Amino acid sequence: MESNGVHSSLILQEIEKLKAEKKDIENRISVLEAQLNDVVAKEGTVSSSSCPPLSITYLGLEHGLSPEMIYRYSRHLLLPNFGVQGQSNLLKSSILVVGAGGLGSPALLYLAACGVGRLGIVDHDVVELNNLHRQIIHAEAYIGQSKVKSAAAACRAINSSIQIVEHKEALRTSNALEIMSKYDIVVDATDNAPSRYLISDCCVVLGKPLISGAALGLEGQLTVYNHNGGPCYRCLFPTPPPTTACQRCSDSGVLGVVPGVIGCLQALEALKVASAVGEPLSGRMLLFDALSARIRIVKIRGRSLNCEACGENAAFTRQFFQNFDYEKFTQSPLSTTPLKLKLLPETARISSEEYKERVANGEAHVLIDVRPAHHFKIVSLPKALNVPLSTLEAQLSAISSALKDEEERKGLGSGSNASLYVICRRGNDSQRAVDCLHKMGFSSAKDIIGGLESWAQNVDPNFPTY
Amino acid sequence: MQLTLEFGGGLELLCQSVKIHNVDVDQAGEEKLTMRHLLSWVRTNLIKERPEMFMKGDTVRPGVLVLVNDCDWELSGQLDTTLDDKDVVVFISTLHGG
Repeated sequence: MESNGVHSSLILQEIEKLKAEKKDIENRISVLEAQLNDVVAKEGTVSSSSCPPLSITYLGLEHGLSPEMIYRYSRHLLLPNFGVQGQSNLLKSSILVVGAGGLGSPALLYLAACGVGRLGIVDHDVVELNNLHRQIIHAEAYIGQSKVKSAAAACRAINSSIQIVEHKEALRTSNALEIMSKYDIVVDATDNAPSRYLISDCCVVLGKPLISGAALGLEGQLTVYNHNGGPCYRCLFPTPPPTTACQRCSDSGVLGVVPGVIGCLQALEALKVASAVGEPLSGRMLLFDALSARIRIVKIRGRSLNCEACGENAAFTRQFFQNFDYEKFTQSPLSTTPLKLKLLPETARISSEEYKERVANGEAHVLIDVRPAHHFKIVSLPKALNVPLSTLEAQLSAISSALKDEEERKGLGSGSNASLYVICRRGNDSQRAVDCLHKMGFSSAKDIIGGLESWAQNVDPNFPTY
Repeated sequence: MQLTLEFGGGLELLCQSVKIHNVDVDQAGEEKLTMRHLLSWVRTNLIKERPEMFMKGDTVRPGVLVLVNDCDWELSGQLDTTLDDKDVVVFISTLHGG
């Protein structure tokens, strides 16, 4: 205890000493400022071609930017509309980016580079090879490692002078309040509906502005929620969409540059809110259509008085938030694990290994691949017949004749039939197809469990996956 | 009445992947064409598959934004919004991907 007492008295002495020095420096600055004012008053103006007096350099330090910061952010400081005040605000701000994927990658790179004081990254996922075409913050060397670790390393490599905070966990109702309360601004760079409701509600509870971006296929959307009396996500979308309307990049595809464009714009809006410069995209929404090169900015509704989260009589407290079941509310999972449907009885299914054996034994059969045609073009099993699920009912006669051809080819007599197998990418659509085929009289149709992914995993490791 | 209708965010898949439709909507004797009337016209004439992905009850399904001349239809009276010749109506499904 005694040594602690001695220690603290030393610190107090040091503080007093520094305060005295600070006061002395401030006095000297005041004197120099007074001198400068005299000089300026006498000359009328300071000639721009002449060398500035030495005192101006010291004047610059009043705003708290170090010489290194002045040099690093000089192009920001040169903007009359941004300048020292904008940069100072930015350096004092803290921003949380939820999701280090397609949107988060460029958002994080720009926010780190531009000098946000404290930058938080939330993600629970690991880097995969099929992320790299759009998630440009991650390098090949990080495949298999945490996205947060990879993104933080990239941010630190660009700017070692700011604080980067790693949150290697999925954002859930149990941790969201604690994590998000440590930041001024939240950037939603997630990829699913329940996360979007969760993040928006948490921002309402904590009173934080939310920079929301989304991208899929060749389109992107962007807006700022819960800022300056503007609407929240629930004001716009009080009822969640049906799950069939919530497509994922891993199913529908996405052109890499599209989330790149939206992520850059998210960084821009976050920077504007953080620096208090400009007019944020609140009460308006940007709609980006990459294919037709069209950007549309539309006016959206204001805050809804009846909103369950931010409305007049809303009872959305911290406690209510923590108990809210977002997966149930949106009928979709928070994590990105693909759906594993179980529609058929075991008797109507076979494993990929078993299918391989039956092929090797020369069993008479027809294999229907029910993926869309553009998936089928990527890769398919030998002799598979492509009948996309959406056209299945219209092609029943083609399936019948394929079965008949196979029976003739194998010389099967009457009474014994060729088997009918159905495959797709992951084993969900194949079950839907078999269910449909059973109803249409193809009672022996079976689905291959786990689809082509299972084939690649359990039968042929060289079979391409996507 | 000549209108430009645009579908986005995946809704174009319900009308044969065509995003922009320049249409002539019959006013059916009514003085003013309302969004209520237009929605049922769209459902009958443009939506070729899965109409439940476009409408629920007599309005659009949750998750679809309707914009009349670049303005949220909430601000102009939703189903009661009246339309004029050459108006542009956008139907856009909200995206969740990233």
